Amino acid sequence: MLDGKPGERIPILKMGEFLLVSIQVEMHDRLVMTLQDELTEQIVRHRARGVLIDISALEIVDSFIGRALGNIANMARVLDASTVVVGMRPAVAITLVELGLNLKGVRTALNAEKGMDLIRRELGLSGRRDAGGA
Amino acid sequence: MADHRSRLAAIVREHETEIVADWVGLLAKVTRRDAVDRNELERHARSFVSLLADAMAADASGEIDGSPWAKVREMLTSLSANRARQGWSPSETATFIFSFKQPLFARLREVYRADAEGLARETWTATLLLDKLGLMTSEAFQKSREDIIIRQQRELLELSTPVVALWEGVLAVPLIGTLDSERTQVVMETLLQRIVDTGASIAIIDITGVPTVDTLVAQHLLKTVSAARLMGAECIISGIRPQIAQTIVHLGVDLGNVATKATLADALVLAMSRVGSLASKAAPRA
Repeated sequence: MLDGKPGERIPILKMGEFLLVSIQVEMHDRLVMTLQDELTEQIVRHRARGVLIDISALEIVDSFIGRALGNIANMARVLDASTVVVGMRPAVAITLVELGLNLKGVRTALNAEKGMDLIRRELGLSGRRDAGGA
Repeated sequence: MADHRSRLAAIVREHETEIVADWVGLLAKVTRRDAVDRNELERHARSFVSLLADAMAADASGEIDGSPWAKVREMLTSLSANRARQGWSPSETATFIFSFKQPLFARLREVYRADAEGLARETWTATLLLDKLGLMTSEAFQKSREDIIIRQQRELLELSTPVVALWEGVLAVPLIGTLDSERTQVVMETLLQRIVDTGASIAIIDITGVPTVDTLVAQHLLKTVSAARLMGAECIISGIRPQIAQTIVHLGVDLGNVATKATLADALVLAMSRVGSLASKAAPRA
């Protein structure tokens, strides 16, 4: 589990000024370091203003991966991209808390939709278009 | 030594009827009258004496762990378990075995009238054996009592952690009773699962029913809050009584930036204003 296939990576999708990272495989140490490198590089290259990291498929975390996820989110923030981690599973949340990793300073949302709203609100863009409603 | 023991078995078997009759008479006297009827007592006594005679005849080692004693052990265990459930005291339960000595020794005295040394030897052997059985009864009694306690704890655990939906996107957890780590675990799991199921963005943890908050309880609360935050839901702690507010400050517990309210009503107002602001900023398309 610790070492995946070499060359394996997590796709980073660019959507306008946002970057979308969806972790759909189980993480291992090398993968998370690759992600860290690529994400920071792409934020700079695309001058991204928002980063959304979806970990809804992630079932197992250890202290290293938990810390690395927090670090990645904080690095993205340092690069002035507002970052939100979405879709954490209950078991993962409990594990992280038990490990003492509260991911302070990392914004979270229940799902990708709410996460996107959060980023848009923060960037001063209107959330979803105000139509019809009050 | 071995032939003395087999003698004991023979004596018990030979005088079974009288021993049982004496014993039941004695048991009826020392037992609470309302607790058990005489017929049942007699049935228990009869089956114990016959099982005991069988076991002694089969295994004269003086140990009661062997397979010949399995039936005796089984009978005593189920007897103790029943009595534990019916609320007998430990000494009342153990008396069942210990009172057997009197009728047995009376028989031994008759048989060994002329042989003082034989009487002493058989009495000692019987005492050792019955003491072991008595201790086993007490242990079985204790164990079934513990089982009952554990079962009740588990039931209490399930009963006391409801998560209720108060409003669209607002959940509430009314906590009742002391928060230990086991309960925190259950509360956390149920709450987080409900957050996933309902998509709630705010959870109110109401501690009106928590009698005391010490550093450990506070730590458990904060853990729950952190876990909910990691999932993307915000927590409000409500129902903080004056004494609890004092304790929290005196203990130096840092609740961090968790919103706290005195009553559930206040917390609901806050929650609705937050949900409302979310809704107005990101109004769903009509």
